Amino acid sequence: MTTEAHVQHPNYVKIWAILVALLVVSVVGSMSHVRAVLLIAAFGVAVVKAYLVAKNFMHVNVEKRWVPYLLIMCLLFIAILFAGVAPDVMKHSGLNWNKNLASQPAQSGARATTKNE
Amino acid sequence: MSATAKPIANTRSGTGIPTARLITWWVIASEIVIFGGLLASYIMHRIAHPEWAESASHTLTWAGALNTFVLLTSSLCAVLAHQAANAHDGPKAAKLLRLTSLGGLIFLCIKGYEWTLDIREGFVLSSGGFWSFYYTLAGLHGLHVLAGMIILLIVAAEAAKNRELQRVECIGLYWHFVDIVWIFLFPLLYIAR
Repeated sequence: MTTEAHVQHPNYVKIWAILVALLVVSVVGSMSHVRAVLLIAAFGVAVVKAYLVAKNFMHVNVEKRWVPYLLIMCLLFIAILFAGVAPDVMKHSGLNWNKNLASQPAQSGARATTKNE
Repeated sequence: MSATAKPIANTRSGTGIPTARLITWWVIASEIVIFGGLLASYIMHRIAHPEWAESASHTLTWAGALNTFVLLTSSLCAVLAHQAANAHDGPKAAKLLRLTSLGGLIFLCIKGYEWTLDIREGFVLSSGGFWSFYYTLAGLHGLHVLAGMIILLIVAAEAAKNRELQRVECIGLYWHFVDIVWIFLFPLLYIAR
């Protein structure tokens, strides 16, 4: 029994080399103290790498059209979740309310740092 | 299995996609929601707590980068296995799938070493918000790597006998998805400080 060939196979080693080069860019970029460079190196490069893997390794571009629609729909659900919940999580105070615990930095990670010192 | 008796997973395709691949896409879609929800939750908490950057500065960037390299290379092996399966070369596909699984093992060993160092320094699951997310996200991803490794070996055993080669592409799709999740975990947990 064999699998049905439905894709033209590109030069995978070349794509892998591009992905590794992008990894080097993100690591080098992470050493920058300029916030914009850091963010682009971290997340911009990650988006490009994910696109290259999805397109060339997963062959999403030659899959039936509803497959990428399905995946995009799931991502949209996450965006809706983010938009719905983020205001409550990210804001520490508002009109007639205040999250006392969340606004105290000592509650979030400082204990571990103390142990390390 | 004879050449004429194709399995249902490779022949029944009411949607235009063989059933096995269709199921794999559904699994990936559900995984997007699982990891997406966790990542979205981490991002909103991280933005709300700039002080977590101090905790994040203790993660080992070199270990995360090395693990990214390992997963990218294992993904290359997985897609080359798919190519070999398309060429009806089961033994070659099996060899490449085993190499992919080896990549998963190396990934988990590096992760285990990294976690050992973190725990020795006192950074455990309950050390703070950042560390809770760090262990949960990396741990859930690690479980997916482990599950993928086991399935890769099972598929490789059949592929070596030139059987069920349609499974090679399916496990490859899953493995590439696990790779993509790590591609986003790396900057979120190791670079953003």
